[in-house]
Amino acid sequence: MRIVFQQLVLGLLLGGLYGLAAAGLSLIFGVLKVLNVAHGELIMVGGYAAFWLAAGLGLDPFLALLGVIPLTATLGLALYAGLFGFVVRFDEDTRVKNSLLVSFGLALTLHALAVRLWTADERSIPTTYGGQTIAVGGLVVPLARLGSLGVAFALIGLTHLFLVRTRWGHAIRATAEDWEAALLQGIDVRRAYLLAFAIGTGLAGAAGCLVAVGYSISPAIGLEWTLKALIVVVLAGLGSLFGTFVGGLVLGVAEAASALTFGGPYREVVGLVLFFCVLIARPQGLFGRG
Amino acid sequence: MVALAALGLVPVLVRREDVLNLGVVFLLSVALAQSWNVVAGLAGQVNLGHAAFFGLGALVTRSLWVGGTPIAPAMVVGAAVATAAGVALGLVAFRLRGAYFAIGTLALAEILRLSVGNVLSEISTLPAATIAGYRLTSRYYAALGLALGSVLVVTALVVSRLGLGMQAVREDEAAAQASGVGALGVKLQAVAVSTCLAGLAGGLFAYYHISYYPQHPFSPTWTFDAVLVTFIGGVGTVHGPVLGAAFYVLLKEYLAVRWVDAHLLIFGALFVVIVLLLPGGLVEAGQRLSQRLARGVAPSPGP
Repeated sequence: MRIVFQQLVLGLLLGGLYGLAAAGLSLIFGVLKVLNVAHGELIMVGGYAAFWLAAGLGLDPFLALLGVIPLTATLGLALYAGLFGFVVRFDEDTRVKNSLLVSFGLALTLHALAVRLWTADERSIPTTYGGQTIAVGGLVVPLARLGSLGVAFALIGLTHLFLVRTRWGHAIRATAEDWEAALLQGIDVRRAYLLAFAIGTGLAGAAGCLVAVGYSISPAIGLEWTLKALIVVVLAGLGSLFGTFVGGLVLGVAEAASALTFGGPYREVVGLVLFFCVLIARPQGLFGRG
Repeated sequence: MVALAALGLVPVLVRREDVLNLGVVFLLSVALAQSWNVVAGLAGQVNLGHAAFFGLGALVTRSLWVGGTPIAPAMVVGAAVATAAGVALGLVAFRLRGAYFAIGTLALAEILRLSVGNVLSEISTLPAATIAGYRLTSRYYAALGLALGSVLVVTALVVSRLGLGMQAVREDEAAAQASGVGALGVKLQAVAVSTCLAGLAGGLFAYYHISYYPQHPFSPTWTFDAVLVTFIGGVGTVHGPVLGAAFYVLLKEYLAVRWVDAHLLIFGALFVVIVLLLPGGLVEAGQRLSQRLARGVAPSPGP
């Protein structure tokens, strides 16, 4: 029984990162109606940024977050200016389809670039507290992963506060609701798009940093993380960042439960099956506001 | 078309194995891209789970063939299984539109890939007797036949009633439905043709390779290859996938000599440029160029 709870706790800790990964994707999709399947590759890039900040400057990975988030957000600005800014000019149907294709090409490019620059090896950031754990009621909780869960939750809370409390946050939410109405209200929709995209990629970078601390990164992790983020977004719907976070926790626990029931190799399958079922059951309401 | 048929002479003229192997890779790429072109290019349904049908064709063909069935019937059964799976997928997934169809099929293919990898984790190698009788030229001709066949199928489809229906659905599904095209039926036929060709291509893969992991043909890279080749050449055209495959395979081979895997960097970037600026791919670029040349030769019309 203890093993079961242990696995579920580990699943919960991983689920927090799923939630953070999905939050960026959800924000970008909800506001820009752009489906960025290179999101996992942005997470991967964030992971490498953290890795090199930690290796080069000797920064603590949690401190490196302060560098990684601005870096990846800037990358987001560049990607928006160079690619996605062209895509948002189309009507919504074409926008989703073209953004899918464009980001697919981007994903391939980033993956190939990462292999060339950093080799295909798996890496993770070593820390002095990496092996430390705390015991809670007979269960072992790795300290770094617990910290990651906390940071993920805090980042989602901050983003939520930004969206709810600030002027630009309001602009972003109005744009997500109805961009034409927002435009008529005098909101600079393009700037709201740009800002939302940068925040979304910043969150992806943060997720990558946390993945590199508690788990491991390699150039190939992109597709896997994109799928996880998509699964969570489909499970949780759009519109609530905390809902997305909870969706991530649910996926983490569901994966752990299926690994216990059907064996380790099937842990990836359960999420995909869930995803496909929800997709089929709600073909129109899939990304419906909820 | 004629150029493809002329490739039939290659094994007679050239005895080098590396040339023939490159030929097989090219022809397989043509067949796979052309099969994707039917469902995505003609009918407009971006199927990102295409590798699943390539993989199914390979899996079934390989098991039957190694079990003693001659290769031709084994490939037919493989294609039939892939087609059945394709129609079953269509019945479920065509409830989804556009990009949702794309990510739904991607998820489904991943489910299949992971499950196959879990169940069949051991490498599949041909029996020693088969390896002893291995003839590269017979693989080459089989690949050539399949590539030619796939080009013929698309050529025939484009001008047929069914093909027109597919293109109508691609342009505007509601309008097509309103003008009497049964959209679901047309899409199901498109996915059936597409997955049948993909299954045959998978069968060819199983026939060609001496040993591989059963999971390998299910890898999403097969889908990505087909997508890249089709888009670079010209999506929805007859010649696009052939042109794209020639460009893709040759450049990949050339780059592999210098930098391993750099081709994905170049093709990924090229793909983005094509989607944004040149949706018709190389075929469209060629047409524009020849138009411009024709205009350059002819006296230019007055302002």
